[in-house]
Amino acid sequence: MASDKKLENLDPTLVGHFGPYGGRFVPEALIAALDELSAAHASAQADPKFQAELAELHKSYTGRPSILTEATRFSEYAGGARIFLKREDLNHTGSHKINNVLGQALLTKRMGKKRIIAETGAGQHGVASATAAALFGLECVVYMGEADTKRQALNVARMKLLGATVVPVTQGSKTLKDAINEAMRDWVTNVATTHYLLGTVAGPHPFPTMVRDFQRIIGVEAKEQIISLTGKLPDAVLACVGGGSNAIGIFHPFIEDKSVRLIGLEAGGKGLETGLHASTISGGKPGVLHGTRSYVLQDSDGQTIESHSISAGLDYPGVGPEHAYLNDIGRAEYRSITDDQAMYAFSLLCKSEGIIPAIETAHALAGALEIGNELGRDSIILINLSGRGDKDVQTAAEYFGLPSK
Amino acid sequence: MSNLLRQMFDKARIENRAALIGYLPAGFPNQGDSIKIIKNMVAGGVDAIEVGFPYSDPVMDGPVIQAASEQAIKNGAGVKQVFELLQATAQLDVPAMVMSYWSPIEKYGCANFAQMVSKMGGSGVITPDLTLEESSDWRQESQKNSIDNIYVVAPSTTDERLKKVCENCSGFVYAASLMGVTGARDAVSGNAKSLVERIRKITTTPVAVGLGVSNKGQAKEVAQYADGVIVGSAFIKIIQEHGSGRKGLKQIKQLANALSEGVRDAR
Repeated sequence: MASDKKLENLDPTLVGHFGPYGGRFVPEALIAALDELSAAHASAQADPKFQAELAELHKSYTGRPSILTEATRFSEYAGGARIFLKREDLNHTGSHKINNVLGQALLTKRMGKKRIIAETGAGQHGVASATAAALFGLECVVYMGEADTKRQALNVARMKLLGATVVPVTQGSKTLKDAINEAMRDWVTNVATTHYLLGTVAGPHPFPTMVRDFQRIIGVEAKEQIISLTGKLPDAVLACVGGGSNAIGIFHPFIEDKSVRLIGLEAGGKGLETGLHASTISGGKPGVLHGTRSYVLQDSDGQTIESHSISAGLDYPGVGPEHAYLNDIGRAEYRSITDDQAMYAFSLLCKSEGIIPAIETAHALAGALEIGNELGRDSIILINLSGRGDKDVQTAAEYFGLPSK
Repeated sequence: MSNLLRQMFDKARIENRAALIGYLPAGFPNQGDSIKIIKNMVAGGVDAIEVGFPYSDPVMDGPVIQAASEQAIKNGAGVKQVFELLQATAQLDVPAMVMSYWSPIEKYGCANFAQMVSKMGGSGVITPDLTLEESSDWRQESQKNSIDNIYVVAPSTTDERLKKVCENCSGFVYAASLMGVTGARDAVSGNAKSLVERIRKITTTPVAVGLGVSNKGQAKEVAQYADGVIVGSAFIKIIQEHGSGRKGLKQIKQLANALSEGVRDAR
């Protein structure tokens, strides 16, 4: 394939690359802002005052550290493997998204900008962004595909209650990818006053690195917690992967621990073989989308192919470049989970543990059912329970055919 | 610089005017009519044509070009149609260029793409989302095939960076007049002139200004300080409103005429 040749010739001195992936494919108009953001992020990382302020927010606002719950009844369905859930669902706003948002909101303040824009799929990142904007007194505009505003109506209402403006995006597939396009257009136009608070580890440098740095806290905490509970490292760490922020957050602190398998579960929609899926690594090829080189679902002309998933938060035809790299070097594995598998695991967690997970997260749980059986009894599996399922109650009720009245 | 582009800018300089560059996505509104539109643009006085590669995620484009690209893709426009139209345009004896987001070029393979542009008689390629840092292979392939690689710079581009980009740009420098997406505006941004002045200090490569130029008055204003004036959305809008039949084509030619008068009245 022609693009493979390109990959070999990559200039290794460039920043923001993960092997051949990552980089910056954006209009020149945005370069100054990306440079400013890179510099602000680098100086904040080295600034104890910034770190202390963020740590205080995590503790007194988000409710960190999030707890680790052993799912003993769910484990019976996973070949008897010991299953530990990292409870990001218990964070303020209901998912891991708040970790990144608080970090970037502090950076926004540091850069002296007064307005944030964000894209959202399931609405979790939009809600987290609206929350941080309220907390810091920033103007907030959230772009959301029109199709997603319908399937995630509860989150639209939440964002509005929090004072954000929600703009339904009617272009293209009317989902997350088009919301990102629209946010980029806003950013190009208003970059002097506006920070684009991107919600995942995709997009142009420094977003993949920066968002990872803000999400790493999940893995840092979980590693300490699981060692203190079990006395050892887990055999596998699992997370669902859309753009990949919750996954990289929990994977990253384990990358050097070679005995720990890192497994990302992508949205398989109706099944890889049907073409109706959002499994970018399992079913896509290297390409460029939204400012970065990574695995992408695209056709032979480089046009993006629409993704499909029951879960709005995973319904994205791209993936973070670091995941692409971890896949290629064999450090992480990526598997595809269909809508039906995810919904089965969703229901199982509800009934066996009394926890309603986000449908996104249910993909990781479905992965645990498979992998638990492969690893066997008493193996240790750590799952990032990235979000709670309140927002998905209607989708789930429809899926399971529950009477609405 | 490709011979045709050089000749065009030389000729414009001798005539003490700016060159007029028009943009149209390949396959818009359909492949058969796009060449008719381009013929009318050229007949009306457009000096060079940018053939757009319609792309699914055009983040630099406003609603007009977004809709046109979507329609073109729906009607089957892809790499084949782009090269077909490029060749047909080059046969009109005007510099013919491709304007494309990076994804389709990378997918086709950057060596193959540069070869095909050259083979079809194209003069160069404008890459609005290819940064200097990511484009060493592309520059190499463009040079190898004697086509120009044209970068887009913006008002926010720092002087230091502007120097690096302009040094690696050939044919002309595409100066985005404003911070924003393509599409007609009521007035040309004041940033355009100062950006062109900054570029002049760095390079002797011609500078063409695009984004937000849609009528004779604006073309005239920009032609006072730039070597080229680029118009896209205004042509597309005519087709969207009047179709690509006789009425639409007539208006395309009229707009080209008016813009062409504008770039001649300026100095």
